[in-house]
Amino acid sequence: MSILEIIIITFVKILFIITAMLLTVSYSVYFERRISAWIQTRLGPNRVGWEGILQPFADVFKLLLKEDIVPEKSNKPLHTLAPFIALFVAFSTYAVIPMGPEVTIFGYKVNLVVADVNIGILYVLALTSLGVYGITFAGWSSGSKYSLLGGVRASAQMISYEVSMGFSIAGVVMMASSLSPVAIVNSQYGWMWNAIVQPIGFITFVISAFAETNRLPFDLPEAEPELVGGYHTEYSSMKFASFFLAEYANMIIASAMIVTLYLGGWQVPYIDKLGLGETLTTLIQVGAFFAKIGALIFFFIWVRWSIPRFRYDQLMNIGWKVMFPLSLLNVVWVAVVLMIFN
Amino acid sequence: MPDKKRKKDLTFAQKLYLPEIFKGLALTFKSMLKPSVTMEYPEVKFVPPAAYRGRPVLVEEKDGTERCVACGLCSRVCPALAIEVQPEETELEKERYPKLFEINMIRCIFCGFCEEVCPEEAIVMSKDYELVFTSREDAIYGKDKLLVPVDQLKDRLEFLRNFK
Repeated sequence: MSILEIIIITFVKILFIITAMLLTVSYSVYFERRISAWIQTRLGPNRVGWEGILQPFADVFKLLLKEDIVPEKSNKPLHTLAPFIALFVAFSTYAVIPMGPEVTIFGYKVNLVVADVNIGILYVLALTSLGVYGITFAGWSSGSKYSLLGGVRASAQMISYEVSMGFSIAGVVMMASSLSPVAIVNSQYGWMWNAIVQPIGFITFVISAFAETNRLPFDLPEAEPELVGGYHTEYSSMKFASFFLAEYANMIIASAMIVTLYLGGWQVPYIDKLGLGETLTTLIQVGAFFAKIGALIFFFIWVRWSIPRFRYDQLMNIGWKVMFPLSLLNVVWVAVVLMIFN
Repeated sequence: MPDKKRKKDLTFAQKLYLPEIFKGLALTFKSMLKPSVTMEYPEVKFVPPAAYRGRPVLVEEKDGTERCVACGLCSRVCPALAIEVQPEETELEKERYPKLFEINMIRCIFCGFCEEVCPEEAIVMSKDYELVFTSREDAIYGKDKLLVPVDQLKDRLEFLRNFK
């Protein structure tokens, strides 16, 4: 393959990912509203288009047309920069997540991942940590006490949960003996999913993922009853929408990460034994990846409308006194498993 | 409070927290399968029970005359001063009828005193709750809007006979 071909293929992949991300983000907002309505035995938005299927577009147009208010006492450059950081981080994380096995399209061998980086997991960890800056800048630059509290909470919470998240990932990395997401997915062949091999790590990772994405029960940075809107109190129009999109994009990335690290990525157990054609197998595998992500997004939404928010000291207690030791225990467990079976 | 649980009173499973969370999730999932209670208003309209106090209306007899004898009690009892009645003589057996009967729907507070005080069961509260007007003048309902055939008010009249 020439350089030009590689560039073109990568661009096509990026285009596909961005479009898919934007669509899934806006539709996860729609499904959030519908599912919350069903849980509360309501109907939810069902007027715009068939069963409200065009609602996300109506929402986005409404937000685009609204006035963008910048508070007088805000730090204006940072106030503008913060939503961009949040959105940029959320979207660029997706580059290393594999959606399917290597396929041949029009004679080209294509890996169904934008960048098969051999330190992909580190890249994701680094970028999600950067995501804190978006929120903290937003909180600090708004010049409002509620925003500041939200931003401070976000940074404290994310740092605490990053630790247990990192240690949970350490277990996965030990199993695959690689930092590359593609290798990690390949290592979970058949039923050797990490969720089954290391259940403690799975639970700690899922809970840390909830805290990292600021979703209920850990949505303290925006806790409406206490902090008005938290870090995005002073944001309006498309800047607010950027935070909103970034939150949902983070949710999708967290789902994709859980799927990649613990639920076998695009692997479907024993599909190669069924004797289906190569194209069909690949399609089923890619479909399985998206189905798993969809199920996890549903889980995120379902949890949000079931569980109340933690108090701040409880959050910190769980983070340092429960999640952190548990994730360490998981590392030991994985080491023992490796010792026995290798 | 005897039913308040301290942390040491919790069982081990409750302290683990996750089983309780799954119980909660199961509950919300069950309620997700329940049918929705929402009425989609313009298409589906709520039909209130007979006890409902909607806008007050005048009973129109089958021969097309109003039942009202223009005694003015409703106007007298109305706490919001919303009703105006002007009586006039008539050849009919009841001898009096309202020449003018107006209810100002901006003033009306739907207390139902007019209905309670009426000796002839001539003014009753209906099931109509869709009250829209675009000006103050439109909000003053005259006899043309107030008169409703007795057939449509059977529910309420029966309710009044049973419970008033």
